[in-house]
Amino acid sequence: MSFLKVSDLEVEFRVDKNTVKPIEKVSFEMNEGEVLGMVGETGSGKSLTAHAIMGLSSLVGGKIRGSVKFEERELLSLAEKEMQSIRGSQIALIPQNPMTSLDPVYRVGDQIVEGLYKHVKISKRKAKLQVLDLMEKLRIPKPDRVFQQYPHQLSGGLKQRIVIAMGLCTNPRLLIADEPTTALDVTVQAQIMRLFKEMTVDKGIGLFLITHDLGVIAQVCDKVAVMYAGNMVEFGKIETLFNTPRHPYTKALLECIPYIGMKKGTLNAISGSVPSTATYPSGCRYHPRCPHSEPQCENEMPPFINIEEDTQVACHLYQEKKG
Amino acid sequence: MDENNVSEHKHKPPWLVILKRLFTNKMGVIGTILILCLILVAIFGPLLEPYSYKEQNIEIMNQPPSSGHLLGTDDFGRDVLSRIIRGARISFVVGVLSVAISVLIGVVIGSIAGFYGGVIDLILTTIADLTWSMPAILIALLFVAIIGAGLESVVLAIGLSYWAQYARLIRGQILSLKSAVFIEATKSMGASDFVILFKHLLPNSISPVIVAATIGIGNAIVLEATLGFLGMGAQPPSPSWGAMMSNGTAYLFISPWMIIFPGLAMMITVLGFNLFGDSLIDIMDVKNKEYL
Amino acid sequence: MGKFVEIKDLSVSFKVSGGLFLRTIGTIQAVNNVSFSIDKGEILGVVGESGCGKSTLARLILRLIESNSGSVTIDGTDIFKMSKKEMRQQRRHMQMVFQDPYSAMDPRYTIFRSLVEPFKIQNVPLPKAEKRKKIDEILELVGLSTEQGFAYPHELSGGQKQRADIARALVLSPQFIILDEPTAALDVSVQAQIIKLLEGLRERLNLTFLFISHDLSLVSYFCDRVIVMYLGRIVEIISADLIGNTPYHPYTKTLIDSIFMTTPGKRNQIPVVEGEVPSPFNLPAGCVFASRCHYVKSICREQNPALEKTVENGQVACHFPLN
Repeated sequence: MSFLKVSDLEVEFRVDKNTVKPIEKVSFEMNEGEVLGMVGETGSGKSLTAHAIMGLSSLVGGKIRGSVKFEERELLSLAEKEMQSIRGSQIALIPQNPMTSLDPVYRVGDQIVEGLYKHVKISKRKAKLQVLDLMEKLRIPKPDRVFQQYPHQLSGGLKQRIVIAMGLCTNPRLLIADEPTTALDVTVQAQIMRLFKEMTVDKGIGLFLITHDLGVIAQVCDKVAVMYAGNMVEFGKIETLFNTPRHPYTKALLECIPYIGMKKGTLNAISGSVPSTATYPSGCRYHPRCPHSEPQCENEMPPFINIEEDTQVACHLYQEKKG
Repeated sequence: MDENNVSEHKHKPPWLVILKRLFTNKMGVIGTILILCLILVAIFGPLLEPYSYKEQNIEIMNQPPSSGHLLGTDDFGRDVLSRIIRGARISFVVGVLSVAISVLIGVVIGSIAGFYGGVIDLILTTIADLTWSMPAILIALLFVAIIGAGLESVVLAIGLSYWAQYARLIRGQILSLKSAVFIEATKSMGASDFVILFKHLLPNSISPVIVAATIGIGNAIVLEATLGFLGMGAQPPSPSWGAMMSNGTAYLFISPWMIIFPGLAMMITVLGFNLFGDSLIDIMDVKNKEYL
Repeated sequence: MGKFVEIKDLSVSFKVSGGLFLRTIGTIQAVNNVSFSIDKGEILGVVGESGCGKSTLARLILRLIESNSGSVTIDGTDIFKMSKKEMRQQRRHMQMVFQDPYSAMDPRYTIFRSLVEPFKIQNVPLPKAEKRKKIDEILELVGLSTEQGFAYPHELSGGQKQRADIARALVLSPQFIILDEPTAALDVSVQAQIIKLLEGLRERLNLTFLFISHDLSLVSYFCDRVIVMYLGRIVEIISADLIGNTPYHPYTKTLIDSIFMTTPGKRNQIPVVEGEVPSPFNLPAGCVFASRCHYVKSICREQNPALEKTVENGQVACHFPLN
């Protein structure tokens, strides 16, 4: 049984009599217990993809099309009520920015328990015990004390662990984490990422990790999807993608990242900037910035195809090779 | 992000942009029209009055609206329409003057409190809170006792009782902007406090004050009417709408038009200011992308 | 010949008030006895996590906050001894590029107007045409078009706003520029563009930079030397090319270990670092890093180590430095 299969996902909004598609033709597959990373810059559509999978875009006035099959069940055709029972229990989303995910007027422990209540019928006492146990596994120091505290009394790292606890408390099958460590210090980021790996993969939970940080992807994920301006441009196994990136954007992006020991002056930048949703270029959305751009790139959007096992690219360079 | 936006329009001068935006906001248009009417009537009043506002004619007193007197006559035989027209001038002047006083006091006090903080802020905020809690009526009574009744008392009373809200608005805005990066940047260039306050903090803080002031004019007009009703405002034969309504209560069942029409005039005027003020909130936002 | 910038014994503490009567309930020693120097034309990096005092340090140096002690000497002049008037003049020579491009400019001013302002504030006696010319030059230098000069901040992208902020810092032709996390809010490809821009500017204009960031990889690439700060103190000063191989302070090593590398060869080695940065209130006696250090011994908790020179002319404050 396939775990998560997304095909031709797109989201459409109407803005001032124009239709815009902030994400289009997004397709990928994920296996059980795998860590899938989705990487992209601002405006690439990665957060929107996560929300679309959870069926949340429709709440903001967007139409979702395509197919999202979770354990063979088509999520996009479910009614809102059915989706609500899946959200939080089988698929959990850890949103960006823990500072705003926690309600400042409730104790954090109560907030986690509330998440548990909605989906599982157990007594209050049992729920609290489960939550405390989870908090301990997440290495939250003095869990019974923290349980009683309010969000503003906790550090950024602790708040993020609480938000993770909220996501994990119902034992979901799939956990979607949207930029879980962006607002945290680097040393805390390392701890949280390790936690993620322990809590998910070791338990067979699938982790869909969204981030702009390629370093995190390289260390934590099994497979990665690269997004650019609403399209998926490359998808593949970690080793393949980082050692032999195919898409020009992926290559260029990897060359933008400084590392210790890098020779001075060798940092490469990508010229130009990411197009806004209203002004997507025709054909391949990356072509204005691509050193390999040909007339075909401007006229035709390249299809997202398999060029090897578990490697997909959307680029005309690879189409030609196939003949 | 939106780098293309820049080339999409060459920059029109800000006042033109505001003007254009005003026309797209329906409520704002209605409000503007009503206010313009008031202003025109206030300015050109004497030319529009069919009769003199103080011309008395006992023979035609308390007459209902007719072709000769469109809104009827009052207990002294004076033409109600003419008096309402003349009253517009009073309402307008009182409204604008008293709000101007309030805004001036409020902005100065609020800026100092917000900018310097600390003990100064504490003292000024306390004073503002005390003023805020005193009803305008009491302050007006105070002035009437000192200066005597009349328009001057009313204007001063209203002006001096309502500055606290503007002080609060400005103070709040300045407090939140004080730590903005661009303020720090300006300091790092060597700017004096004066420059920071007047060239950066105030211009960015003034929008809510302008909106509140516009609506405040409406409130001031109503307050003037109330005070006039109580006999503390403009004295006869001055046709302030409040005085007219006060005068007309005695004749409620004889010639109700003496109260109804001034009341209507006031209602329409205040409505105009409120609509206009509400639309200003959207219009004055620099970040509003609805360029034409 | 002395150093271009000499910082001696900078310290500042903030009183924190709370409670019913706004009593002082504690003090935070934000910057504690910081001393270092910068050569002309050097790029010196300052790296550390939240609460280490690096941003406060920047403001102390520019006298945007008054220090409790110490001195800052620029090109031979002790700027702490200057009168208010002299200080205003002095500001022409030392500028800052700020962290948040989104609020670094007055939203009601066009970029052009924001760039003219430094001239006005400093009463620079140039005719209008000259000023205009200088600004056009600077816009070109930072890669902005004249058209973008006439835009409002909210009409520009993050990268363009940052360029505008850099342009503003250049208007008065300063020799010394402090950059406070100038790329923290930017996408990695935009960050690369800005770094390349800064590299070019330093060459062309012979500038001296103090570059503050939480990103050790970026700092080690861009800077000549690096200062590592923790809880208000300098724990290490080291040459950028040595950081990767021979860091001396355990905290520096921690930072290095926390980096997620984009080389999947080192997979599944998610760095483990325990604990979080302790509260800056009531700092324990002894070494500031003692509570989290792997190599901690009893003397570390009792005595604060002084900064001592290393073989390569760096400095480290540790009782048991690595190497």
